[in-house]
Amino acid sequence: MQIIENSQEYDAIIVGSGAGGGMATHMLANAGLKVAVVEAGPYFDPKDEETRTQLKWPWESPRRGASTNRAFGDYDMSWGDWKVDGEPYTHEEGTKFMWWRSRMLGGRTNHWGRISLRFGPTDFKHKDVDGLGDNWPISYDDVKPYYDKLDKLVGVFGSNEGLPNDPDGFFLPPPKPRLHELYYIKAARKAGVRVIPSRLSILTKKLNDDRGVCFYCSQCGRSCTQYADFSASSVFVIPAKNSGRIDLFTNCMVKSVMTDSEGRATGVSYINKNDRREYQLKGRTVVLGASACSSARILMNSKSSQHPNGLGNSSDVVGRYLHDSTGGGRAAFVPQLMNRKTYNEDGVGGMHVYSPWWLDNKKLDFPRGYHIEIWGGMGMPSYGFGFNHTEFNKYIGGDIGGYGDKLREDAKRFYGAVIGLSGRGEAIARYDNRCTIDPNVVDQWGIPVLKFDYKWSDYERLQARHMQKTFEEVFDAMGAHVLGDTPGKDQDYGLLAPGQIIHEVGTTRMGDNAKTSVTNKYSQLHDCDNVFVVDAGVFTSQADKNCTWTIMALSMRTSEYIIDQMKKQNI
Amino acid sequence: MDRRESLKNILIGTIAGATVAGAATSCESPAEVQEQKVEGKEEYYGRTPKEIEHDKKVMAEVFLVEHELETIAVLCDIILPATATAGSATDAGVPEFIEFIVKDLPNNQLPIRGGLMWLDGESNLRFNKLFKAATPEEQIQIVDDIAYPDPDNKKPEMAYGIKFFNLMRNLTMTGYYTTRMGIDDLGYKGNVPNVWNGVPAEVLAEHEVDYEPEWIAKCVDITKAGTKAEWDEKGNLIT
Repeated sequence: MQIIENSQEYDAIIVGSGAGGGMATHMLANAGLKVAVVEAGPYFDPKDEETRTQLKWPWESPRRGASTNRAFGDYDMSWGDWKVDGEPYTHEEGTKFMWWRSRMLGGRTNHWGRISLRFGPTDFKHKDVDGLGDNWPISYDDVKPYYDKLDKLVGVFGSNEGLPNDPDGFFLPPPKPRLHELYYIKAARKAGVRVIPSRLSILTKKLNDDRGVCFYCSQCGRSCTQYADFSASSVFVIPAKNSGRIDLFTNCMVKSVMTDSEGRATGVSYINKNDRREYQLKGRTVVLGASACSSARILMNSKSSQHPNGLGNSSDVVGRYLHDSTGGGRAAFVPQLMNRKTYNEDGVGGMHVYSPWWLDNKKLDFPRGYHIEIWGGMGMPSYGFGFNHTEFNKYIGGDIGGYGDKLREDAKRFYGAVIGLSGRGEAIARYDNRCTIDPNVVDQWGIPVLKFDYKWSDYERLQARHMQKTFEEVFDAMGAHVLGDTPGKDQDYGLLAPGQIIHEVGTTRMGDNAKTSVTNKYSQLHDCDNVFVVDAGVFTSQADKNCTWTIMALSMRTSEYIIDQMKKQNI
Repeated sequence: MDRRESLKNILIGTIAGATVAGAATSCESPAEVQEQKVEGKEEYYGRTPKEIEHDKKVMAEVFLVEHELETIAVLCDIILPATATAGSATDAGVPEFIEFIVKDLPNNQLPIRGGLMWLDGESNLRFNKLFKAATPEEQIQIVDDIAYPDPDNKKPEMAYGIKFFNLMRNLTMTGYYTTRMGIDDLGYKGNVPNVWNGVPAEVLAEHEVDYEPEWIAKCVDITKAGTKAEWDEKGNLIT
């Protein structure tokens, strides 16, 4: 079938419209460049009444929000999850990796928890501390100005605490803690765990005239019709589209980056999912923001005589050093929270308080750290509400099971009496943890798929063991009954599967040495100077923080670099 | 006839002798399909085209038959009967929810179907009649034997019933408390635009917790939430 060429030549073709691609769209379009944005999923605007799930009631879903169609339930705003129809991925035997994809404008920023944490000075140079992994080629001081601009541009609530590795910023004020969070604060301090206000990109106060202020429905995961939380679609891509500053290609899946006889990029080749035909776009630069693994896939699928191992892959490092946050969790029943007086405590989406990493590894048997996220409260019932809840009676001397009036009383007695803690920590980036192109499988678009090869090491397992110990100490201090048994060695101490935390990074890592890294410190391919990566692929290491805020800060920095290099006619 | 309507009729017993399968088949005229589409639009809950197709397919399927649904209705109302202020499980449409969810989550099908059969077998054994035909007192006799777990397995012959009743209780609880009626009964107050300004003072007092002044000083002043944020160069919010 003939490939259809578009005669327009763009200054920049941006692949993906999530955190990284969205920020690049904002920056490059505002700088006056001619920009094309290519997104593999359909158009999505959180304001759209047809696709809105915000403020829906559980009974509006016939399955009451069960996860039959969407992994996080009917109302989660992600089109796509661990599985996307017709787009499989495979595994090296005996390994596991769960790869989350959202096929929609704005990508996963519509669904995430909006937890927005700056990396600290140590996070960029952790090899200097413990000899593990690699230092980033940049330091906190290189990124700080971008974090500062980002805070003011996108909006994040939090508080300045003066902590050395959890830097201060330009925060909107945080919401007051809810009751279960007041219990947590008290207990965590007793257990020696620091607690501070959360840092989430939700507008608790007016930031500009374009976006609304949070109305506390707690449903950020459904994406906000008021644009009061951050998503790349509502804050970056839709405004750029509406003002005519970009050409937007939705439902278009990029297959490869095209290169010329000198090995420089000339544009991208993509499949239009609507007509199943292949098209080409020409561009002066290509900016990959398809997500860490998807961008690595595109590069590895972009083979040519100049780039026989895939574009940017002369080092054989593309796809390597893949790592996800570690994750472990526990819940407890809190008798003091029984028989609660009910009131609207939805609050913001996610937690109002959290615990950044608070310990010194010199006294511990694992490297790096983790933060603790807190959940609980009197949330809206959905599928699963009331499942086995009579079992809490065993902690208060009541009968398990039953029916009738007793059951109704139990429903009210136990409503809002469970608190959960989730640990999210740093894994060490390892050469052998990787994704490659499966030589035997293509997706429904004829594009070779990724094969994952990932294993946790004892570093991560021991960290998970420590999480469990901490959770139990906090719950003990609360007078709570920890639910379930302590996960043992045979269960990796409760360590969740790689990829399950949806913080995958590192597949196109940055570094000064072209033999051991894929991009330079400006996220520019060592092997091809007009191709940039603006997603989490460029992370040298993950830190014990969520990656989105750093993706955006780096994308902003790279975008400025692109504009500067174009002005100087270097690219 | 609309499938949902036909289910309701079965449960309140207005169509004597009509089978669920028969009622569903008669719905498949083009005019009826058109009608369902309109109804789907009214109940739109943010579906993608693929999800709409999936829902339609599941809605059109038939799994539980009339006798099973009637028995489920009896059981649901034993699990959550009406009170002075709240309706019963069938008032809240729980059997309709269970009818849908066993098709949507098919791993429930065998446990529900087999459990209902076990229940009728037990009722036949004791009273020589099906469970739904037994008197309320007789029904409760059986329910009392299966409504509580038996960790020491003292009544091994009841183990199947106990497992089944637990599943029924779970589905009834979810089905009920995810309706307007159940949510009102529970007291959930959210899912509306509002302003969060902290835990009510009387609740703080009851739980012997308080907002520390230095913490609360960092938090949002709701009277200034509409004022545009500005900071000094050190990151202190000044508006």
